[in-house]
This record gives sequence, structure tokens and C-alpha cells, in this order.
Amino acid sequence: MGTNLGKFLFKNNVAILFLLLSVGAFAAANVSLPFLFEELFTRFSRNTFMVLSLLIPVVAGLGLNFAIVIGAIAAQIAIFLTVLWGGAGFVGVLMAVGMAVPMAILFGFLVGKLFNSMKGTEMIGGMVAGFFSDGLYQFLFLFVLGGIIPIANDQLMISTGIGVLNAIVLENSIHHGLDNVAMIHILDFAFFASLALSAIMLIVRGVKKQPLNLKQPAKVVLPLAVLYALGFIPAVGRFLSADRLMLFYAVMIALAIVVLYSLYHIIRRKESEKPTRFILYIVGAAVVFGLTYIPELERSLMVVRLPVLTYIVIISLCLGIKWFMNTKLGQNMRTVGQDRAVAASSGINVNRIRIIAMIMSTSLASIGQIISLQNIGTMATYGSHQQVALFSIAALLVGGASVQRATVKQALLGVFLFHTLFILSANAGQSLLGNAQIGEYFRVFVAYAVIAVALAMHAWVRKSNKQVITQIDPRVAATAASAESK
Amino acid sequence: MERALGALKQGAKDFGLPRIIILAFFFILLLAAALVGMDIPWLISDVLLRWGMWGILVLAMVPSIRSGIGPNFGVAIGIAGGLLGALVSIELRYFGFLGTLDPDGITFGLVSISLAVLLALAFSSLLGILYGLLLNRVKGNEMIVSTYVGFSFVALFNILWLLLPFRSSTSIWPIAGQGLRTTINLVDDFGRVLNNLFRVEIGNFIIPTSLLLTVLLFCFVIWVFNKSRYGMVMTAAGSNPEYAKARGINVNRARIVGTTISTALAGVGIVMFSQGLGFLQLYNAPMWMGFSSVAAVLIGGATVKRAAIFNVLLGTLLFQGILTVALPVANELVPEGNLSEILRLIISNGIILYALSKARGGSK
Repeated sequence: MGTNLGKFLFKNNVAILFLLLSVGAFAAANVSLPFLFEELFTRFSRNTFMVLSLLIPVVAGLGLNFAIVIGAIAAQIAIFLTVLWGGAGFVGVLMAVGMAVPMAILFGFLVGKLFNSMKGTEMIGGMVAGFFSDGLYQFLFLFVLGGIIPIANDQLMISTGIGVLNAIVLENSIHHGLDNVAMIHILDFAFFASLALSAIMLIVRGVKKQPLNLKQPAKVVLPLAVLYALGFIPAVGRFLSADRLMLFYAVMIALAIVVLYSLYHIIRRKESEKPTRFILYIVGAAVVFGLTYIPELERSLMVVRLPVLTYIVIISLCLGIKWFMNTKLGQNMRTVGQDRAVAASSGINVNRIRIIAMIMSTSLASIGQIISLQNIGTMATYGSHQQVALFSIAALLVGGASVQRATVKQALLGVFLFHTLFILSANAGQSLLGNAQIGEYFRVFVAYAVIAVALAMHAWVRKSNKQVITQIDPRVAATAASAESK
Repeated sequence: MERALGALKQGAKDFGLPRIIILAFFFILLLAAALVGMDIPWLISDVLLRWGMWGILVLAMVPSIRSGIGPNFGVAIGIAGGLLGALVSIELRYFGFLGTLDPDGITFGLVSISLAVLLALAFSSLLGILYGLLLNRVKGNEMIVSTYVGFSFVALFNILWLLLPFRSSTSIWPIAGQGLRTTINLVDDFGRVLNNLFRVEIGNFIIPTSLLLTVLLFCFVIWVFNKSRYGMVMTAAGSNPEYAKARGINVNRARIVGTTISTALAGVGIVMFSQGLGFLQLYNAPMWMGFSSVAAVLIGGATVKRAAIFNVLLGTLLFQGILTVALPVANELVPEGNLSEILRLIISNGIILYALSKARGGSK
């Protein structure tokens, strides 16, 4: 047990350090817990998607993708066009995503090509490519738009007609386009979509004369149908017609799900399995439930209102990434990330896999930037994209990720810890050193230093590993062996 | 005839496509400047001044590349040391270290800048040794690590500039009584001393003689060092570490020496830069100087593994030349926006990308 604890502490040393720093900053900063919660969850909904877009290149061995800036640039071009063409609300967001993703695919392809010609120096290359693209982007927005392509819109353009304004207000456009979709609409959509999909699946199976296997679609449709039916009860309907969910209810729902899930497993378990884990879950849920009776915490949970659809999108991406890692393509990516030579010898097209990883990351980053900007409501035309890579990468690393290993869990934890420190540092600087500016500089220093230390540690470890026999993941070895036996 | 043509082709190939493009671009800009009626002699004087200001900062790339750590993206570390040296020299002058020297005389200026350079050398050499020790532990990843270590240093020094106990009224905010100013006027210290000493003026055409001579002097010193016994050893360690090790060369030590010289040069470089400008720029100003210095030496024909003094002189002239000429020309053509800044972003990062993709082109 003792060594287990030691291992746990060592494995999570970065996260624990930041947890302590955050607690210290909170103690010093003299701000209320509800304030911190409100800020934190707003930032969480803005930035998490972007941080998650970093995971795939790490798995594919490309390291931390400093080139997500390019995805953000694609998003900002798309948002400009959306505002220009009058896209608004949820449809506006869909328009922006629809335009940003194809651009991001093209850019990701180009960056992937570039990275294939600079293997081993992708990170510095990615960063420089980001700055390079920023130059091209600024040229496009300051000179080409209005200068070469005439654009008649005084809401967007500088008064001379050449160049785009510094800040684009999204108020009557896509501001909260994603955040403001009511729960009842999401539920309606989910119910009818699941119904339609199940029907199509059953028809296909019927035509192909396969067993219909009704149980499988029923598992999805029935719970949704129950929820859909509940929506017709006036009280529930009123609750669902909102677009925000109080964090307090979100916690309660999450606890209920944990308890139900654990109970289900305890009842359905095989004789041989011990229910210890699930009992612990239930106990944990009970403890959390008890904690919500602390007045300060209760008030904080009541203050925060989560934009439901935005959080659904983020959670879907988390699940989607986990699912993707177990697909054939995901496994190949992992193999390429572990060892390019082994991957190549087992018949994987290494360059192609790396390009796919860059395309996915860039596209996700572009969606992440749209999510962020629709929440903020103003686009700083020449600034919104610039710090994206720095802060996302720092957040991921704070969660305990490294250049070669990064998980969804680390990304989520990292966003929470990094942004807690970010919110508090100005106040902490003010009360500790009498100068808020020092706090501001301190958080920038933390962002850079976290990356510097993580990169240095990575290079350090890699160097000392070179002397030892290279260890290969058993899965990779298995793939290689199966390829040889062919 | 055919052989001559072949030699010409080879020469062009050695000179490199990017350099030909950039050279052509430079001349097109000059032509454009002449066409829109700019004062060409004045423009060229400005190019010369910028050449002198950046020369030593770009020279700092040579020892780092030759010793095998690649272009030194972390010159911000040396710059921090150099700024510290300059600030201490101001402080010493404020507390009467220069005694009874006539503040308007040449001697005062020369003593003042020599003092700043020596202090800069001391501080940045010290930082350079530590930095070299770090870089020996991250072999193969020096570029990205040094970039972020450099950024971290800029951020760390932002905090220090607010906290360090400087007293001189030249340096600190007058009302707060604490914290260094964002820009510090060097008019009472070594501002523009070398620009003006032995200055040659022909109408609007000005040559900052002493500044250029100082840059050339430092170039010469580094050239001599490169030709010296230890310089050869260092180059051998940088170009082929395995072979050098087999020959009994202490590769790690050579890398530390290279890094330290590079960092020390960066410290001197920022003092020269500031004297040329007439101001000391603190806080985030040094953030991007690393990228500009790397880009300049690469434009001059260096690669991430090979660099010579000639690359520094040519590259600085071309890069700073383009930026200097582009600014007024761009303002003449399109008054809105900062085209020169955009050009800097595109050219400097474009050339770095080009160099990186050539360095290990298509390795498995």
C-alpha cells in the first residue's frame, strides 16, 4: 500500500504540485468560492475542446501539436464569412463549422506533409508553421480582404474599406449559438434521430436477411423514449425548456448515474467477481452528496449554470477519442507513435497515418475555436488565435501529460488546474506582493515554464532511455509479429 | 563554356534558391522605393544602422550552430543578462561611479558603453554556462527546449524587472518609485555613442562608422576563435559528435563552450542594439529577437548544422534591409496596417521552416 501511494504521488507529481499551487493561490487570493466556480466552468466550456484536439498527435508520435493555431485560423476565417453572410444562432454555428472543417482538413494535410519532411523536429516546426500561418492570415485580413476582394460591410471592415476590423462583435450572429440550445430540443432531436437510425438499421438487416436483434437498438431508444415522454409532464417540460443546467443538478444527475450504474453491476456481476469497486463508487457518491450540504459549496454549485449542448459536445468528444483509440486506425496510430520503424515493417503507411493525425487535430482545433468564440461573443481578429497553442498545451501538461503520453483524463484535469491558477494569480499577486501585474506575469511565466520543463524532461528521459534496450509495447510487438508471419 | 555554365549553376545552387528570391525581393523593394520617390541615401543609411544594431545578436548564432546545439532560439537568456548588465551600468553612473568625467565628452560615452558591455558579458556568460548544462541533457530537442526556456526567461524577467531594487531615476517609474520602465532612455548613458563617433555624413547618407567597426571587430574575434585550435575542436564536436568522441574530444564541454559564447554574444548584442536605438527595451521586447536572429543567419546561407561569419553579415543585411525598406514603401502604397511586421513574420518563419525541412529531409 505504501509503495502504491508513492507510485501514485510520483506518477501525478505535476498535477499534485499544481493542485497545491492552486489551493495556495486560492487561500491568498481572497476571492469567494462561487466566483471561482463560475469563472472556472466558463473557461472549462471554452477551452476543453481545444485541449482535447492535442491528444491524437501525441498518440501518433508527433508530440505536442503547436500547429493547432492553424486550426484556430481556419475557424476565424469561417466565422468572418459566417458573420458576413448573416449566419446566426445555432444555424450560424453549423455554418461556421461547415466552412471551417474543410479548410482545416486542407491545412492539416499541408502541415502533415511538412512534418513528414522534418521528422524529429515537429514541435519547433509546428510552432514556426503557426507563426508563418499567422503572417499569411494577417496579410489576408489586413490587405487582401477589402484591398483585392471588395467587401462592402462597415460592421466588419475598417472605415477605409481595406482590412478587417480589430474586433468582430458576434452579438447578433453566433454568440451563444451553441450554448443557447434548449435541453428539450436536444432531447427531441436525440429521440427522433435514434428512432430513425434504429429503423434504418432494422430495415437493412431485414433486407440482408440477418437476425433483427431488436434488443440492441431498444437499449438506446427506450431510455430516450422515457425521457421524451417525461418531457410532456408540465413541470419537467418547464425544466427542460431551459438551455442552462445548474451545476447542482448536473452533480445530482451524475451521482444518480454513478449509483445506478454501480447497482446494475453489483446485481448482474458473475459469482467470481468481487463487488468492492462498485461499492466504493457508491460510497464515493454518498460522500460527494454529503459535501454538497456545506453551505459555501452548495452556493457555488447553485451559481454555475452550464450550457448543456456545449458540455454534451465536449463529453461526446471525450468518448469519441476513447472509442477512436480502439479502432484499427487508432491502433495503427499508436503503433506509429511507439516506433516508426516497427510500424513501417508491419505494413503501416507511416506518413499517411501521420497526415491523418494532423488533419484530425487541426479540424478538432478549428471546432474548438468556434466553440470558444461563440461563448466569448467577440472575436479579436488579430489576437484570438495567437495564444491558443501556448495555453492549451500548458493546460494539457499541467494535467500530467507528457510529449509521448496524453489521455482524456489528463486533459480534463489539466484544464481545471491550469485555469484555477490562471483565474487566481492576479488576485494572489495583489494580496501577496501588492502588485496585480506580478500575478499577471507569473501566470504567463507558469505557462511557458510548464512547457519548457515538460519538454526538457521528455528529452532528458528519452536520452537516458537510449542507453537501455528500447522497450516496445506488447501490442506493437504483436502487430509486428503478425505482420512477419504473413 | 559549358564548364563555366556548370560552375555558374553550381554556384547558384550553393547560394540557394531562398537567398536568390530574397535578394531579388530586396532589390525590387529598393526599386519600388525609388519609384515612389523615397530618399534612397537616407534609406540605405537606415539599413546600415540596423545592420550594425543586429550584427552581434545574429553573430551569436555562429558558435551555437558550430558547437552542435543548432540555432540558438534561446538568445532571450543572453539578452536578459545583457539588459541586466546595462541596467547595472546605469545604476553605477547614477551613484557616481564615473566620477568627474564630462557627461558630454567622448570618454564618458566610451567608458559607459565599455562598462555595460563588460557587465553584460559577465552576467550572460554565467547564464550561458547554466544554459549549456541544460542543453547537454536535452540533445536532439535543443531547438524547441531553448525556445521555451527563452520564453520562460522573458516572463521570469518581467517579474524581476518589477521587483529588483534599482534606484536610478533614469530606470524606474517616477511616481511608483519601484519597478523598471518599459523603455529607458539612454541619453545620459551610452545611447547612440557608437553611432555618432567618427560618423561619416555625405548629404543624407550617414555611416555609423564606430558601430560597424565594433561589429566587425566581434566578427573578427569569433573568426579567429573558429580558426583556433579549440575552435576547430568545437566545430568537430558539433558536426560529428560520435566521431569527435572517438577521437577523444569532450563533446559536452565543447557544447557548453559554444552555448556560453553564444549567450555572451547575445548579451553584448542587446547592448549594441540598445545603444543604436538610444533606448533600453524591457519586458516583452526581447521575446521575438531570437526568431529574428535565427532567421537572419539562415537567410545568410547557414543551415541548422553549418554557419560562418559571412552568413551573419549577408543575412543580417538582407533581412534587416528588407524590413527597413519595406516599412516606408508599404506605408506609401497602403497606409493602413503594418505590412513590415507581417513581412517579418512570413519571411523569418518561412526561412526557418525551409531550413528545418532541409535539415533531415525525409528521414525515416
